Amino acid sequence: MIDLKMNRRRFLAATAATALVAGMPSLGYAAEPKKGGILRAGLSGGSTSDSLDPATYAAGPVVYAMMGAVCNNLTEIDAEGNAKPELAESIEPSADAKTWTFTLHKGVTFSNGKAMTSADVIASYNHHRGKDTKSGAKSLLEQVADIRADGDHSVIFELKSGNADFPFVAADYHLVIMPAKEDGSMDWQSGLGTGGYVLAAHDPGVRIKLTRREDYWKSDRAWFDEVELLHINDSTARQNALATGEVDVIDRVDTKTVHLLKRFPNVEILEVTGTAHYTMPMFTDMAPFDDVNVRLALKHGIDREDMVRKVLRGHGRVGNDHPIAPANRFFAKDLEQRVFDPDKAKFHLKKAGLTSLDVDLSTSNAAFNGAVDSAVLFKETASKAGINVNVIREPDDGYWSNVWLKKPFCFSYWNGRPTEDWMFSLVYAKGADWNDAHWDNMRFNELLLAARSELDDDKRRVMYEEMQMLCRDDGGTIIPMFANYIDARTNKVGHDKLASNRFLDGWKFIERWWSMA
Amino acid sequence: MSQFARAEKAEASVRKGGRDMHPLAKMVLQRLGLGLVTLFVVSIIIFSAVELLPGDIAQQILGQAATPETVAAFRAELGLDRPPVERYFDWLAGAMIGDFGQSLANQREISSLIGGRFANTLFLAGYAAMIAIPLSVILGLLAALYRNSFFDRFINMVTLSSISFPEFFVAYILIVFLAVRGQVFPAISSLNEDMSLLDMLYRAFLPALTLTLVVTAHMMRMTRAAIINLLASPYIEMARLKGMSQARVIVKHALPNALAPIINVIALNLAYLVTGVVLVEVVFVYPGLGQLLVDSVANRDITVVQASCLIFAGVYILLNLLADILSIATNPRLMHRK
Repeated sequence: MIDLKMNRRRFLAATAATALVAGMPSLGYAAEPKKGGILRAGLSGGSTSDSLDPATYAAGPVVYAMMGAVCNNLTEIDAEGNAKPELAESIEPSADAKTWTFTLHKGVTFSNGKAMTSADVIASYNHHRGKDTKSGAKSLLEQVADIRADGDHSVIFELKSGNADFPFVAADYHLVIMPAKEDGSMDWQSGLGTGGYVLAAHDPGVRIKLTRREDYWKSDRAWFDEVELLHINDSTARQNALATGEVDVIDRVDTKTVHLLKRFPNVEILEVTGTAHYTMPMFTDMAPFDDVNVRLALKHGIDREDMVRKVLRGHGRVGNDHPIAPANRFFAKDLEQRVFDPDKAKFHLKKAGLTSLDVDLSTSNAAFNGAVDSAVLFKETASKAGINVNVIREPDDGYWSNVWLKKPFCFSYWNGRPTEDWMFSLVYAKGADWNDAHWDNMRFNELLLAARSELDDDKRRVMYEEMQMLCRDDGGTIIPMFANYIDARTNKVGHDKLASNRFLDGWKFIERWWSMA
Repeated sequence: MSQFARAEKAEASVRKGGRDMHPLAKMVLQRLGLGLVTLFVVSIIIFSAVELLPGDIAQQILGQAATPETVAAFRAELGLDRPPVERYFDWLAGAMIGDFGQSLANQREISSLIGGRFANTLFLAGYAAMIAIPLSVILGLLAALYRNSFFDRFINMVTLSSISFPEFFVAYILIVFLAVRGQVFPAISSLNEDMSLLDMLYRAFLPALTLTLVVTAHMMRMTRAAIINLLASPYIEMARLKGMSQARVIVKHALPNALAPIINVIALNLAYLVTGVVLVEVVFVYPGLGQLLVDSVANRDITVVQASCLIFAGVYILLNLLADILSIATNPRLMHRK
């Protein structure tokens, strides 16, 4: 463990930094962006098996590079959580939100000089559609019935039913625009994009090198001359690299050691409350979880405050058994927060006709770091309500294929989604592939469809608030907490207000940040 | 013995040795043949072991985002829907002609994927060996020479302590003192192809030092024990009675006879340096073959696992063979077996 005593020099440095902070809004926060410099980042999630194929994108350096620097999407999520046109110049929905027309920027070229046209957009989207795709965005694009070009610079999406949030869908990290081949399929192998950087070297699992394009179509983005992304999966090694100045930026700071990293005078911790949350789905079509009173008893038997304090060490906020975060637009602010209440848990058990309850809970740190501790904490608190939780520790390896969606009560993790509709459709709608609680609430499913095609925000708000309540009171998922995104940087790099949809400025830090050196 | 007689005798032994080299060459060929059989068996074991692991590459890569349809599409694309036996023999046919195929995960050529990593692993192993082998042999000799002295005990204590700590712990301790506080060496050793040799040696110093600390005790203790063991022999006593100094007795008379066990333990440690350094690679973010293997096993990327394991197995077989050859070569009694 790195133990840093406060010696005289460090004390002076720290006080000097405090004085600076007091004088300015924040170190490196408001200074003017300028061209030049090198960005070196240490990122987690890189693996030798990384591929440039957008169908396989998950978190990690390849997505930071491809989605955040080498390519563009039709839209992007800004710091306020809105979907803004990116490669699209304008976006027009029809009155029923079923037909969406994206007009593309003219004069955008790929880094090999080829002009970007609607054919490239269509090829890029079709890569994730159809019977033979392996894409993680396949279910997301099921809603699209047809994509057609209207000239070289306009693409029309026909949806199966109206979706007012479709521009958010276009910002999904799988849906980067890459060039089309002659036969209409997408060319991902060459790694070409319309973004501000060119992929100069990619050694999977080791590093990615990017160089800036001088002819980038955005004038207020892509400041660094060169970017080097080192793949550092070990969180201690990542923090060492930052502390010793080997890199300027790291993602996913371990909550256990944030306070130690904070002591370095040139290091700034970046913490945003985002949409990432931890869940505990239970199969609502299987005894004993098919009884809503059993579910409520379990939901009352968990001490969320304590869990946030112990598992997240305060770097997060309590969940209210629905997946919508304060960062989302229609978050139900006035919905009463559920708290730990063993008496209420006992009351619900009694209502279910039980005096005690035995449940098996599958857990593993593959679900999220701390899932095993969370399970043990839950076992402790639930026992006060007469619930006996049998914690089963599953192997990390293969957790997502063998435990999640297979065991009736387990832990899971969701990065969250920028819109309510997306999050609900993905995991809580009847028949969704990832409905990990097998939850089927008629009223909820009706509201989901109605809200999706509604373009009036006030009406949507009312519907989404009711859905959050239904999720909380009837849903099959305990959502104990939301975890903050914690990254860190040295004072050599500057940035604007951070987006809250993902780590490192919505995975867009390469394009958005600049050098302060 | 006159100088002339000695020279004649040496010449005769060379001539005789030349005629008798045949059995040694035969042994090398035999061992290489057996090595190939071993590699074949290893490949079967690795293939079945990876097959037995739960889940396959399609599920691993898609992870939480997997649905039955996308997994099926992924499998069909990679040809994983074919029976395992067929896939194994397909791979074997390719491997026979030197074509290890492509990584299932990202369709890169295995040879290019592994080539650079293996070179890095060899570089680090070689670097550590250059420090560790002379260091431990000399320390071992000195320890035998000053047996049971304060020096002997001190060396034993230090090397045994460093081998007793897990290597990642040693690595972190070195990082704290030499990278974070001292700021002498970099905390991570990411190498790339545009670095000069000097740069590479500088950046890889901490991992090499970690490995040195981990392997020194074994080789040092073996050298010490082998020599002390011989010091009780009558011919050593003879040498002493002639009035030779202790140092000369050890270096001239004991060491040549102790070489066989020392060479064996060095070979074993060299093999460890090549194949067993995953933890050190992780801590120092060193792009070696071990990390590649761990990644590939986690992803069930069977073609990469096969190729890396065969390289590791090959390294073991060759180093053991080399150790045997050298032991025989340094021991005339073994060379002139009747």
